[in-house]
Amino acid sequence: MNFNFINLQPYGNPHYFIYLMIGLIPIILGLYYGRRFKIYECIFSVVFLFLIFDADKWQQGVSLIIYLLIELVITYCYLYYRKKGKNKTWAFYLAVFLSIVPLIMVKVQTAFPKAKIPGVLAFLGISYITFKTVQVIMEIRDGAIKEVNLGTYLRFLLFFPTFSSGPIDRYRRFAKECDVAPKRDQYVNDLGLATRYLFQGFLYKFVLGWFFGTYWLPRISRMALIAGTANGGLKLSWWLLAYMYCYSMYLFFDFAGYSLFAVSISYFMGIHTPMNFNKPFLSQNIKEFWNRWHMTLSFWFRDYIYMRFTFFAMKKKLFKNPVRLSQVAYLLLFLVMGFWHGLTWYYIVYGLFHAIAIIINDYWIRYKKKHKDKLPSNKFTKCLSIFVTFNVVCFSFLIFSGFLSQLWFGWM
Amino acid sequence: MNTKEEVLAILQDLTGEDLSDKMDENIFANGLMDSMASVQMLLNLQEKFEIDVPVSEFDREEWDTPSKIVAKVESLENE
Repeated sequence: MNFNFINLQPYGNPHYFIYLMIGLIPIILGLYYGRRFKIYECIFSVVFLFLIFDADKWQQGVSLIIYLLIELVITYCYLYYRKKGKNKTWAFYLAVFLSIVPLIMVKVQTAFPKAKIPGVLAFLGISYITFKTVQVIMEIRDGAIKEVNLGTYLRFLLFFPTFSSGPIDRYRRFAKECDVAPKRDQYVNDLGLATRYLFQGFLYKFVLGWFFGTYWLPRISRMALIAGTANGGLKLSWWLLAYMYCYSMYLFFDFAGYSLFAVSISYFMGIHTPMNFNKPFLSQNIKEFWNRWHMTLSFWFRDYIYMRFTFFAMKKKLFKNPVRLSQVAYLLLFLVMGFWHGLTWYYIVYGLFHAIAIIINDYWIRYKKKHKDKLPSNKFTKCLSIFVTFNVVCFSFLIFSGFLSQLWFGWM
Repeated sequence: MNTKEEVLAILQDLTGEDLSDKMDENIFANGLMDSMASVQMLLNLQEKFEIDVPVSEFDREEWDTPSKIVAKVESLENE
């Protein structure tokens, strides 16, 4: 028996967009006339999810279904517990821990492929779906979410435009929009934006991202390896610097392009998925950078790790000095982010690097506040701070790229 | 002291500035407040007004000017 299934990875090639647009027509027409065809939307989503996980990827699909069942059981058990009026801290920690166990196992399995953990198989999108479930559990704890509709929850977790790599939406925001059709003039405006984002996404991902990532990067990489070996020592060369900038541009245009597709398709479906990037390379400091780069991820870490940790620590008076507390919280946040990217030295160093950068940044901000009248602030200082921030960020991406590992140790 | 004055006193404590003539200025955009300061503010507000504001309810956009903060506190007090 030999079935020829087509397997389509999200936004992978131009064909994908043709199928997507055909599938979207009834949804767009419906929304334009003020109707949301929920059943059609579900079928549409399931079909496109199926196309990700069919053919040789079917095991991933099974893995996704099992994962979903586990997360649903955890969420509803915790919700039931909270509804009975109980709110013990250990129950909350247990629920959060259990919900991230599958992701942890997948990360460990990826880092140590030889140590086969039975039954563990990564599937595309596991990270992003985990961010969503943890978010829901934390808001159930706070009493901000009092009721979780099974249908809404499933549609939220499996919302296919953002399924593979975000942007990470918020349950309460999504729930407000997913059952109703937007007003006509609002939707017409959304369609305009969706079209613009779609073409901007093409430019970013398939033109600029392709040039930086597929055309230049392998060439520069080869030269950097050759020049590095010739130079010896730390194997530094001008090619390595070129690699740093080229990789940074590739990373931005590829991911910003993908994110634009995800937001665009969401807008076509009348859902305002939040934006992921806001001119990050124009940031004047690292703190601002994180408010503009991969925003839905950094806001997730800000709201669910940094703020919760500082709130808890301050309430319990664990730290005398709020400055010290914020530094510890930054380390925690960025280390978790590093580990989440993967259990490899360069992801963890990348996290540490950003924690240290933002701590230094905070010292500088405090110093500036104190000496406001003595420090100049003009066009030149603004350009200088953008330049410095840009280079610090690009250096961090060089660490993140893993290329240093290849250059120094011969593996990535 | 009324609510507005109390809130302004808390904000002055955190930012080092008297914000009474900047009621509609975005205090996150101009760098006066950050996440850490928001957490301190929430705790101070809880203590002062005996209101309950979990971190989940802290949506930056709803708390980004002194006027909005005063309005938020007043609405939470009346709950």
